[in-house]
Amino acid sequence: MSLLKVTNLTKKFGKFTALNGVNLELNAGEVLGFIGPNGAGKSTTIRVLLGILKATGGEVKLFNKDAWQDAVDIHKRVAYVPGDVNLWPNLTGGEVIDLFIKLNGTANKAKREELIEKFDLDPSKKCRTYSKGNRQKVALVAAFSSDADLFILDEPTSGLDPLMEKVFQECVMEVKRQGKSVLLSSHILSEVEKLCDRVSIIRQGKIIESGTLNELRHLTRTQMLVGTSMPITGLLDMQGIHEVQESEHGMSFQVDTMQIDAVIRHISQFGIIRLESAPPTLEDLFMRHYEGAKDTGGVR
Amino acid sequence: MAGNHLAKTAFLSKFIFRLDRLRIPIWVLALTFFTIIVPTAFKGLYNSQQERDAMAQTMANPAMTAMTGPADLSNYTIGVMTAHQMLLMTAAVTGLMSILLVTRHTRADEEDGRLELLRSLPVGRLSYLNASLLVVSAACIVLALINGFGLYALGIESMDLEGSLLYGAALGATGLFFAGVTAVFAQASDSSRGTIGYSIAILLISYLFRAITDISNESLSWLSPLAWVTKAEVYDSNNWWPIVLMIAAAMVLFAVANYLNAIRDLDRGFLPSRPGKKYASRFLQSPTGLALRLQRTGIISWAIGMFVLGASYGSVLGDLESFFSDNEAMKQLLKPTEGVTLVEQFIPMLMIVISLMATIPPVMAMNKLRGEEKKERIVHLLSRAVSRTKLLGSYYVISVINGFVMISLAALGLWSAGTAVVEGGLSFGMIFGAALSYYPAMLVMISLAVFLIGFLPKLSGFIWLYVLYSFIVLYLGGLFQFSDWIGSISPFGHVPQAPIEEFSIIPLLLLCLIAGGLALAGFIGFNKRDIEQ
Ligand SMILES: Nc1ncnc2c1ncn2[C@@H]1O[C@H](COP(=O)(O)OP(=O)(O)O)[C@@H](O)[C@H]1O
Ligand SMILES: [Mg+2]
Repeated sequence: MSLLKVTNLTKKFGKFTALNGVNLELNAGEVLGFIGPNGAGKSTTIRVLLGILKATGGEVKLFNKDAWQDAVDIHKRVAYVPGDVNLWPNLTGGEVIDLFIKLNGTANKAKREELIEKFDLDPSKKCRTYSKGNRQKVALVAAFSSDADLFILDEPTSGLDPLMEKVFQECVMEVKRQGKSVLLSSHILSEVEKLCDRVSIIRQGKIIESGTLNELRHLTRTQMLVGTSMPITGLLDMQGIHEVQESEHGMSFQVDTMQIDAVIRHISQFGIIRLESAPPTLEDLFMRHYEGAKDTGGVR
Repeated sequence: MAGNHLAKTAFLSKFIFRLDRLRIPIWVLALTFFTIIVPTAFKGLYNSQQERDAMAQTMANPAMTAMTGPADLSNYTIGVMTAHQMLLMTAAVTGLMSILLVTRHTRADEEDGRLELLRSLPVGRLSYLNASLLVVSAACIVLALINGFGLYALGIESMDLEGSLLYGAALGATGLFFAGVTAVFAQASDSSRGTIGYSIAILLISYLFRAITDISNESLSWLSPLAWVTKAEVYDSNNWWPIVLMIAAAMVLFAVANYLNAIRDLDRGFLPSRPGKKYASRFLQSPTGLALRLQRTGIISWAIGMFVLGASYGSVLGDLESFFSDNEAMKQLLKPTEGVTLVEQFIPMLMIVISLMATIPPVMAMNKLRGEEKKERIVHLLSRAVSRTKLLGSYYVISVINGFVMISLAALGLWSAGTAVVEGGLSFGMIFGAALSYYPAMLVMISLAVFLIGFLPKLSGFIWLYVLYSFIVLYLGGLFQFSDWIGSISPFGHVPQAPIEEFSIIPLLLLCLIAGGLALAGFIGFNKRDIEQ
């Protein structure tokens, strides 16, 4: 069952088209990674999902309700953490957390204390004194102590240190175990790889790739370094081979994930004495699309 | 060493000026415009000495002295008249200019983290503070010169070069003084709101203290820096010493600010900020609770301010009665209406000022919502189970009640002080009724703010122009003898002037209706638009 379904969403700011036919789907119990370079339209999409911006065209449904019309009903089941958390300078972190929990409707006091502890946040300090990371912690504590069914997180870890990032990942895993759904917009690809069942990649207001990680890995390349007793021949003529370089340790090249089998069969004829391979990462995928953007120049 | 602390000050000054290249000229030009236009108008309206003497007589009462300060009414030339009626007000506004400009480039930049960025560059520890003081000082000096020479250039006989320059200098010096006050509070307080709040409090206290002492004990009023402006006796005896004193005081304040800045850490203040609560109180658990909590300090200060304002006007009503009973000519001039006391004749004039002042806090309370939107904080509410109608509604309700409380407190202050000093006391019903008849006009202002927030959020600040317009046409309108339609553009121009005019409910009902319509439209607009910065 899909909790969230975005069909052909467009959003214009005056003449500028920020979103141009975005499609997005999130099923119950799933964690969806939403990635893309700066200015791609992640935050804009999320704001439309929350009924903060009004869609110019297309359909946006959460829990089968319209994101704009039924915003309040929808929000009773949603927890949101914005990318830039701006708080009231003269309220304390603790006060803000309580307020947010109360406004969400459902509260879990024990969870609040546990999370404040885990995230190592001092709730008696005024928000004015908090760093960006600490303000994010306030929003994260409020979000994860609520009883929401859908978590919408917009680059939630951009200000956290690695230790806190780990705490965050545990929180996401936990809500996932409880069968809840998460939309995680992120820059940190390792995080997305670790947490997400599926990813959607957005660039210049359009979704350019969407699928499970396994599906997308078909599009990626594996980095290989091979040393053989005999010189390898005929490699360059094979399909799916890129960026071949010779070094004193052997040959290094990239191979399309689809072609690995054929390539390994071929090089094994030359007596392998050394074989290193790096797994395909989202990073590669991301970079390839990103470079693609630079090659083709501005679309708009 | 000192050189190091001030490294790149000149560069930063240019940078600040660039940031404010529109803001500063607009302030200076607006202030100059009002300074120049008034004597020109006076010259047309009160051309003969006889007319001016009649005007002087209407000014010769404690209520006017409280408002504008003392003056030599026996020598009421156009120059003296301009200085008497305009200089103090304009100086207070110049003080406000300095407060806003200095806060913007001291504590506000520090609070938002911009100063930290600048400090990481090879600039001195004290450079930014002094750069902003330098820019504001330059603005004050330019203001002083333009106003001085501008007034002289009008070629009005009683406005000689020395007096004109002194007039300009009084404005500039007030600007410098409050720049100094603000610079000190920017060190003491740890927020820009606090800095502005404390500085404006000093400005208001100076004004009120001067108002009270000017009518009770003129030598005591030397304690108020704003009184020094009137003690310069511009176009009369042209006394430069109070202005020199003002500039010297400003320099002392600059030095104190520098010292405090040098001994404190970035982002810290000297006034204690209390250790915070770990949990929200029961009160702070709804949009309304939050809105009230955010405005708490502001509301309380305004409430006290309104009561004091009312009381200070009320306290002069007793002297007014004795003054009028002594003065046959005055009685003639005012042509007392049957069954209405002289005090009651003065009430409507006071009520215009009081009700316009009382309109400021509720409109601020309303525009606070737009401020929250710009700072991307209402997203936290709207992304939770809070509807737009509920959010706007809670601000509107707070604002409407705020306005009622403000005008009531001012009326209460006026009545309690007035009834103590006026022989035979004052009728509470009469005072309260006169004040309350302005409430529908306030509602129109508040609702217009709602309308702007709903439909033209980027222009929500324009409401202040309308408030200012109302103030100018209605408070100064009598002075300039504007024609009626100019006043009727303001909702405040439609209020029957109880108790001297016959009370009529129709215009009040109409104002309420307009307010309701504007608010409704605002709610519809707010429910349809994007939340944006
Ligand atoms: N209110 C707005 N008015 C005009 N342009 C906007 C507005 N909000 C966002 N944009 C533009 O839309 C694009 C997408 O922005 P955003 O969604 O914030 O990107 P991301 O979150 O992926 O970094 C950017 O080019 C941004 O400048
Ligand atoms: Mg973003």
